[in-house]
Parts: sequence; structure tokens; C-alpha cells
Amino acid sequence: SSELFTLTYGALVTQLCKDYENDEDVNKQLDRMGYNIGVRLIEDFLARSNVGRCHDFRETADVIAKVAFKMYLGITPSITNWSPAGDEFSLILENNPLVDFVELPDNHSSLIYSNLLCGVLRGALEMVQMAVDVKFVQDTLKGDGVTEIRMRFIKRIEDNLPAGEE
Amino acid sequence: MADETLFQLLHTEVVAAAYGGGRGSGDEGQRNGLTVLEGMGFRVGQGLAERLPRGALVFKEELDTIKFLCRDLWGAVFRKQTDNLRTNHQGTYILQDNNFPFLTQMAWGQQYLEEAPKFLAFTCGLLRGTLSALGIESSVTASVASLPAWTK
Repeated sequence: SSELFTLTYGALVTQLCKDYENDEDVNKQLDRMGYNIGVRLIEDFLARSNVGRCHDFRETADVIAKVAFKMYLGITPSITNWSPAGDEFSLILENNPLVDFVELPDNHSSLIYSNLLCGVLRGALEMVQMAVDVKFVQDTLKGDGVTEIRMRFIKRIEDNLPAGEE
Repeated sequence: MADETLFQLLHTEVVAAAYGGGRGSGDEGQRNGLTVLEGMGFRVGQGLAERLPRGALVFKEELDTIKFLCRDLWGAVFRKQTDNLRTNHQGTYILQDNNFPFLTQMAWGQQYLEEAPKFLAFTCGLLRGTLSALGIESSVTASVASLPAWTK
């Protein structure tokens, strides 16, 4: 059940806040952990979803919002705010399952509570040869009306040549 | 929803986090890490039990409570039930899972058996926390040879 994930995630963030003195370090840890999860989650995703290779960033956005988020978090964010060049978009989450029952205490205003998600997306896309930048620009935990994640395409990652073939 | 994979991956990161944060290395670090994991599981177990409908938690007998753990709690966390339940009818219960999801990913060999307790601590805490929310004080230990044990 998603409550289990939400509760466990909350316990994790609480523990990290105890272990690290400042919010920035916690944010980094969450991002790193998310990355570790993402690079493995992508295999599970590809196996379960049978989606083929995405031809462009718009297809990627659709798959992320309509298939991946639905599959793992049970929600379907909407996709908005495309940049003119088509290399940036926003995911809008009306509600974020990670923050059910969560309130940020006053002394953690720089904490990006759900930062794990950014790492997951970044790690997963790296495994399919896409370098992206992912960050929260709005957060209901901080009083915003919605949660908004901004995704920016950086570049295609070329496969490295195996050693000895250069 | 395929969230069990996501949860298992999160659990792996949680285990790693329990051993970070300058908690100390060596035997003391090991013990501290296990304590942290058990504590986290405990809080999550309490939280889960608190969110169940009141009617679901009324058990006539102790055994019914244990069956709840084997079926409903295990089902909620691992999408399966435990494989076997034994008791000495004096307050000790042994829940057996032959395919414990947090361990199935590990390659089996002597060196990894030492790591196994790290992957059981959270679950032990989870059981203890759920029981605590049901008003039952318990001690939960686990051993690998697929025999998590629960004693009251």
C-alpha cells in the first residue's frame, strides 16, 4: 500500500534530519538515494510496461507522467509549461503521496522533502541515455497550491566505447 | 500498482542510510545501525496499524492477532502471506517466510549471511510496532534460515 511507502519515506527523512545538521546535506542524500533507486527501477519499469524507445522528449514526458508515475505512485501528474525549444517541461502533482500527513517543522525551511523523486527520475533517465536536470519549483509542503517538478533535457549520453577499442 | 519494487528499493537505501551519518564503524556501528532500522520499522508499524479501520483490529484471541500479521500485514508489505506459522502455545510464535523479499536479491554465500540481519531489522521493528499499536508488548527477532521468530 502507498501508506507503507509514505510512512517509510517519512521515517527515512526524519532519520536523515537527525544525522545531518543542515537541510542541504539532507537534500543531497535524498537525491543520491533517489539516483540509486532510479538506476534500478528503470529495469523494472521497462520490463513491466513494454514501452518502446521514446523518440523525443515529449514522448518521454508522456511516459513518465502517464505510465511511470501511475505505476509506482498511483498518480498521473499533468504536463505543462513546455519551453519553446521543447527541452524543458513541468510535471504538476495535484497531490503528492509522499507528503500525506507530513508537515515541515519550522527549522527545516530549506528541506526539499520529496527530493528523492528528483534523483529517481535523473537516475532512471540516465540509464536510457538521457542526461536531465530535475528539480522542485513548487511544493505544497511549503504552502504552494501544487507541487511542480521541472525537468530539463541536457543531452543525450553516448555509450562509452569499451576499453581497447579507441 | 507495482509499488512493491519501489518499496524494496527504498528499503535497500534505508538500510544503507542506517549505517551512514557517522554512526561509527565496527561492532558498535553494526549494533547502532540495527537499532536505527528496528526503530524506523517500529514507527512505521505503529503508523500502519493506526490507519487501519477500528473494526479490523478487534481480535478474540492472540492467535487471531498473529494470523492478522501473517496474512494482512505481510500482504500489505510484501504482497504475499507467510508460508508457515508455528507456536508453542505459550506466547512464542514463529513466522516463516521461505522467500523473504528483502533477501531474495542477495547472492547466497557465507559472506552475505552476515549482512542479512540488516535486511531483517526493519521488518522486525514493523511487527513490533504494529503489535504495540494493538496493545501488545513483544520482542521480535529474526534469523536467516528463513525463520523470523516472534515472542511475547
